[in-house]
Amino acid sequence: MSDMTRADVCAAAIADAFKDDGEIFASPMGLLPMLGVRLARLTSNPDLVISDGESLFLAGTPPLFAKGDVVEGWIPFRKVFDVVAYGKRHVMMGATQVDKHGNQNISAIGDFARPKRQLLGSRGAPGNTVNNRTSYWVPKHSPRVFVEAVDIVSGVGPARAKAAGAGAARYNDIHRIVSNLGVFDVKGPDDTVRLLSVHPGVTVDEVRGNTGFDLAVDGDVPTTREPSMEELIVIREVLDPKGLRFKEVPDGA
Amino acid sequence: MTRKPRDKRMTIDEVVAELESGMTIGIGGWGPRRKPMALVRAILRSDLEDLTLVSWGGADVGLLTRAGKVRKLVYAFVSLDSIPLEPNFQRARQAGTIPEVVELDEGMFQTGLRAAAQRLPFLPMRAGLGSDVLVNNPWIRTVTSPYDDAEELVAVPALKLDVALVHLNRADMHGNATYLGPDPYFDDLFCMAADRAYVSVEQVVDTAGLTVDTPVQRLLLSRMMVTGVVETPRGAHFTTCTPDYERDERFQKAYAAAASGSDEDWTAFEERFLSGDEAAYQAAVDAFAEEAAQ
Repeated sequence: MSDMTRADVCAAAIADAFKDDGEIFASPMGLLPMLGVRLARLTSNPDLVISDGESLFLAGTPPLFAKGDVVEGWIPFRKVFDVVAYGKRHVMMGATQVDKHGNQNISAIGDFARPKRQLLGSRGAPGNTVNNRTSYWVPKHSPRVFVEAVDIVSGVGPARAKAAGAGAARYNDIHRIVSNLGVFDVKGPDDTVRLLSVHPGVTVDEVRGNTGFDLAVDGDVPTTREPSMEELIVIREVLDPKGLRFKEVPDGA
Repeated sequence: MTRKPRDKRMTIDEVVAELESGMTIGIGGWGPRRKPMALVRAILRSDLEDLTLVSWGGADVGLLTRAGKVRKLVYAFVSLDSIPLEPNFQRARQAGTIPEVVELDEGMFQTGLRAAAQRLPFLPMRAGLGSDVLVNNPWIRTVTSPYDDAEELVAVPALKLDVALVHLNRADMHGNATYLGPDPYFDDLFCMAADRAYVSVEQVVDTAGLTVDTPVQRLLLSRMMVTGVVETPRGAHFTTCTPDYERDERFQKAYAAAASGSDEDWTAFEERFLSGDEAAYQAAVDAFAEEAAQ
């Protein structure tokens, strides 16, 4: 479709990150991850368990920020922690910084003792990354986000998890990093970030130029798949008719 | 004559009179949700200082750090949700005005409260391994499984509290209390992790009234966990207290704007809303709402 947007491509790429997860709790943080997860549930993985982001498991798949009509479970925060430890969960978090080794920072920029910029705090990132599958969404790919080494390690990448021992490494599973430019995993040499695909209209050099470390690239890099007609209809007419996705990934970007 | 459990009703000021400088105080709720804000405001008005605060933080942390009441802060995040970064907390961290800071993973935080509630020195979990939570808190130790796996796990230390402050929807005069919103958060754990627990509520009702139209499973607090009960309508303002009221987003915006503005902006906010007692606060909030509606 000629009028396919970058946001639609990102939504489909996020949906693909969840398509092989089976019957687990998909926890998206942020708007595009929520859209992508719901897209996966309506297309490639109807078994996904989703919530309203508050305390309810939703039997249906409502549009972004709409109330679900049928509820299939209760998931207050205390039970979220239970599911994290149980492991049947895939969370897609944001990342103020993500580094060459797939470590993520949402805690603070600068020195922890006296940060230049205090962010949220580590939230659940340390626990997520050593318990359940974790992915990251970066709406604005830049060298300020993709850095050589994060200032503070909130989310633990595979190399750090291995160094911390079996207790940390056993369930460490950094699955995908999806940005507005491409899709990545952490299976480069020595557990580093590797470019899996570039979005339509993006070049490998453009991704490299916007990445603050030496990115692993295996041979010819494919283009991220375009969303199908069915997916575009679901995105536009069912899940996000108001176009909220363009707030995160502007049209034409 | 029928003997009944004791009546624990108190005023806000009576609760604060039982607190001391230097205490470790756990504040219930979650971020900008069902926070015991009337009690927090009373601490702001008091001469208490050097507090250790334990909180999944929202404006409770922002207000008390801005006021210089906090010597040590234990948190996993501080957020206002619709405004992701709490400006007063951010400012305090960047200015280095909180002498001691303990940032934990949010699940570790629950485990630490649970250890305290179970009177254990620690409980093991994976969260924290490999992350800077252990680097920035070198006093947090690991423990090796005594079984064949020999896994090294984090020994999450008990978050023992002197006092817990929580806000629920309804309680009886004895301290049995229900939450009517979507999530209990961890208010029972806070109370059990503390030597003394004070619960503020929207309304004090008869014991029978607690379950007359509400499932018994919503009785989160038993009176054996509770030291004092305070009726303080809209006592969680401007955080949520579903279904009694939702977050006051307009007020929160004004709070955040003042907090991230100049010193004069903040002083003006303090003078308008925080210079009097709780009744004065609620009256100022009503006036603010009326003004905004015009």
